[in-house]
Amino acid sequence: MKGMTVIVKTVASWVKVLIFLFGIYIVIFGHLTPGGGFAGGVILASSYVLLMLAYGREFAEENLSLPLASKLDCVGAFLFALIAILGFVFGGVFFVNFLVGYSQPLRLISAGTIPLSNIAIGLKVGASLFLIILTLSIFRPDVSTGKKE
Amino acid sequence: MAVFYILLLFMIIAAIIAVETKDLLSSIICVGAIGIGTSIMFLFLRAPDIAITQIVVEVLGLIILIRATISRDLTFITGDREFFGTVISVVIIFVIFLAGIKVFETLPDFGTPLITEVANAASNTYIKEGFAKTGAANIVASVILDYRGYDTLGEATVLFTSIIGATIILRKKAKKMLEEPDK
Repeated sequence: MKGMTVIVKTVASWVKVLIFLFGIYIVIFGHLTPGGGFAGGVILASSYVLLMLAYGREFAEENLSLPLASKLDCVGAFLFALIAILGFVFGGVFFVNFLVGYSQPLRLISAGTIPLSNIAIGLKVGASLFLIILTLSIFRPDVSTGKKE
Repeated sequence: MAVFYILLLFMIIAAIIAVETKDLLSSIICVGAIGIGTSIMFLFLRAPDIAITQIVVEVLGLIILIRATISRDLTFITGDREFFGTVISVVIIFVIFLAGIKVFETLPDFGTPLITEVANAASNTYIKEGFAKTGAANIVASVILDYRGYDTLGEATVLFTSIIGATIILRKKAKKMLEEPDK
């Protein structure tokens, strides 16, 4: 039996959804309230880390496998660079906020490219922090299922 | 502008010595000289926060490098040069101490931000025009993702690179341990 006791598993299965939703909230409201991509990404990663602590590494790896996490990491990083390059294409300057002025301020969709950058950074930070904890947990001498990696 | 060229020349000479010298410890000390040159350069370019970061990272890296090489390349200075070296190091430490006192005198008092003393500080511009120009109610988000986007790109790149490195190293070690489970 992998993982912790049934109490911890039950609580974790309820709480992980709330933590994940809170991380998404922190990421996409980063331009209106305190927070942003880095903080929200850490919260997103921590929900998966909770899953890993409660149920064991294999269960977390079924939900978000190591190749998928690396792909998400790369997608986030390249999305952030792509937003910067789009600023160069449409605004003439690298990293210019070319979408500002098309929407009312203080709304969810406002502030131009800042929410998009927040989403990209949140994806990147969340995937990479989960990835580093996953690789640290793979690096254990008592791994019995000697499959890949 | 002349000070920039002097610093640049100093850093280039230090880099050449660091590459060309035979002694490993001297090479590391030259790397430290390049780092402090970069830090002073940032200070003259009016970026004190980057200068502080640079010098902290440089000191840490220097300590790690010296710790890594001190066991394999020991150099002892004996004889007449011992007294000379001691005097020189004491004088240098004293000069750095005096410079530190001078720097602490120029700092604003505790609790008074810089924008109250400097009228055209960059943070004043961010606070006044940040909301109107970017439309983000969170000024911090407008600074890190709009005004200082390059900085965030650099941070994201550092994180990306370090995680790639950690993943590669740890996966290789784990693979080796899985292949030899007895150890």
